[in-house]
Amino acid sequence: MKIFKNFVIIFLLMTINNLNANENSERNEITKNLRCLICQGQSVYDSDSDFANSMKILVDKKLDEGLSEKEIYIYFKEKYGDWILYDPGLNKNTYLLWLLPILIFLFGGAIIVKSFIFKK
Amino acid sequence: MKKKLIPYSIILIFLIIFAVFYKSLKDTNIYTPETKINNDIPIFSAELLLSNENSNSTEIFELDKFYLLNIWASWCVPCRDEHPILMSLSKNNKLIIIGMNYKDNKKNAKKFLDELGNPYEKIIVDKNGTNSIEWGAFGVPETFIIYNNKIIKKYIGPLNNELLIEIQKIIK
Repeated sequence: MKIFKNFVIIFLLMTINNLNANENSERNEITKNLRCLICQGQSVYDSDSDFANSMKILVDKKLDEGLSEKEIYIYFKEKYGDWILYDPGLNKNTYLLWLLPILIFLFGGAIIVKSFIFKK
Repeated sequence: MKKKLIPYSIILIFLIIFAVFYKSLKDTNIYTPETKINNDIPIFSAELLLSNENSNSTEIFELDKFYLLNIWASWCVPCRDEHPILMSLSKNNKLIIIGMNYKDNKKNAKKFLDELGNPYEKIIVDKNGTNSIEWGAFGVPETFIIYNNKIIKKYIGPLNNELLIEIQKIIK
């Protein structure tokens, strides 16, 4: 019986630990994709500035309220605009960013096809 | 034809690169968030500084009145500079000034108001900085003009005499 009791206690402790780790990793994933606006070239996750620390607290709060990762991104985008996200969506300001690599790829492919295949 | 194509394309590529760099040369690298106007104010509840009571957004912001929300802190030097402007705006009875005390020590905040005067009708305490993020702010000082629960204007940085005139025009 005593062994069983100990086993239950150890099992519970392990699950609690696991829960905490999960929550933190979700928060870390989100803050890695949020830009720290007052520090240049750093994500909220990397930064230890006042602003970033407040953002971390707010992300935790939103996760507690039950918001999903996407909803949190939308929430911050509404407040600060696209710039806050490291992975901006496709819109009139970012279409060049998304389409240029594809265009360059097609252009390069066309050159390769022209010079190697048609030559033969 | 083929021989001419290569130098022309090199020149073209250099021109494009030159244009991109020349354009970015004039761009500022300090980012200021889009000042989205006509956004609804956030719903929040927070502690008030002088009365130590809790209050929420619907209690503080009533419809059909102009409000000015000013984010400040006693440790912020530009806040000291803009304080006389807030004091003169507080004399206007069409405008209600609400303060948000950002990451501050209560004792220092009260000392700051004793020294320079208190233009605020109510002061919200923002101890961990989350409240100001809900408003879309990222530093101190920042000022919002609110009408009918919507943000109609936002100023980043300290207010000055020109902005004082602008605000007076808005609330007329």
